[in-house]
Amino acid sequence: MMNILKKFVDKVFRDLFKKKKHIRLGLYGPPNGGKTTLANRICQDWLGEDMGSVSPIAHETREIYVKEEINIKSGRKELSFNLVDTPGIATKIDYENFVKKGLSVKEAKKRAREATKGVIDAIKWLDDMDTVIVVIDATKDPMSQVNITIIGNLQARKTPVLIVANKTDLKKADVKKIQAAFPQYSVVGISARYGNNMDNFYEALFAIAG
Amino acid sequence: MLTIQFVPYHEIEGLSQAKKIRKLLDIVKENKIVILEGRLKMPEEAELIKETMEAIDERFKGIETSVISSDAKNLPFMSKMRGKLVDMLLGEKHGISVIGPATIVKEIKKDPNKIQLLLSEGGQKKRRQKK
Repeated sequence: MMNILKKFVDKVFRDLFKKKKHIRLGLYGPPNGGKTTLANRICQDWLGEDMGSVSPIAHETREIYVKEEINIKSGRKELSFNLVDTPGIATKIDYENFVKKGLSVKEAKKRAREATKGVIDAIKWLDDMDTVIVVIDATKDPMSQVNITIIGNLQARKTPVLIVANKTDLKKADVKKIQAAFPQYSVVGISARYGNNMDNFYEALFAIAG
Repeated sequence: MLTIQFVPYHEIEGLSQAKKIRKLLDIVKENKIVILEGRLKMPEEAELIKETMEAIDERFKGIETSVISSDAKNLPFMSKMRGKLVDMLLGEKHGISVIGPATIVKEIKKDPNKIQLLLSEGGQKKRRQKK
C-alpha cells in the first residue's frame, strides 16, 4: 500500500516539475512542396518572424536551416523544438530547368551544384531527427519514389512522421489521395501560404511529438 | 537507341551496399534503363539518391526510379497472406524496380500489369508499352 502511494506521489511531482519536451523537428519532402513556407508560417505564428526565403523556382532552399527554441502551446500541452528546414529531396536536377525559369546559365549551374549538395545533406540529417513532418504538394501524385523513400527510411528508423498535404487552397489539391497513399500515417491538409487549418496541424503535431 | 537491361536479383544479392549502388548507377549512366528483379532496401534507396546527386554533371542529370509491386491493400485476405508468405520467402526479391536516366525516362507510371514508359527522343514524345 505504501509502495503504491509512494509511486503516486512520485508521479504527481514528476508531472508537476517535468521539463517540457524538447525535440528536433525536421521538415522533409520533394522540392517546391512548401517546406519553407510552412517553416515561415510556424515561425510567424510563434516567433513573429520568417525563417527562410521562398521562390517559385525549385531548390530555393539548398542548405539545412535550423531555428532554435520554438515553443508552441495548446491548452495545457507544451512542445519545444528546434525546427530544421531541409532542401527538397529529388532524384534529378537539371540546370536547364532553372535557365527556363529565367536564371542565367552561370546562376543555374551554381544553383544545380548547390542543390545536389543540399539533397545529400538532407538525407544525412535523417538520422538526427526526433520527429519529421513530410510536406507534400497536395496537387501532385503522392506516390512518387522520393516520397516513398523518405517515408520508408523514417519508418525504418522508427521516427514519428506527420504528413502535411500542403497547398489545399489550390483547386487541384486532393488530401484524400494522400491519405489513401499513406493510410498508416496522420495526414493533415493545410495551406501554409494562407495559414488554413493550422490549428489542426498543431493538434496533429502534439499527437505525434508531444 | 534505347537499351533496357535486366538485372536479376542474384547478380546484386551478394554485393555490399556501395557496390550494388555503383553497379546500378554505372548501367544507368550508360543511358540504359535498368529493370531490377526485386527492390533495394530502404537505406539503399536513400543511398542511391545520394550517389546520384554526387554523379550529376552537365551530361548526367539524375535518375527516374519506381518500384512496381502488387498493391496489397486492395487484395482479399487470403491473397494478402500469400503475399506475406512470398515476402518472407523471397525478401527483397519481390516486385520489380525500374531505374532510368532522367533525360530519357520522362515518366514511369505504376501499374501492376504493365510498365509504361514515356520516352523523349529527339524532342518528340513517343509512347512505348512493355507488357
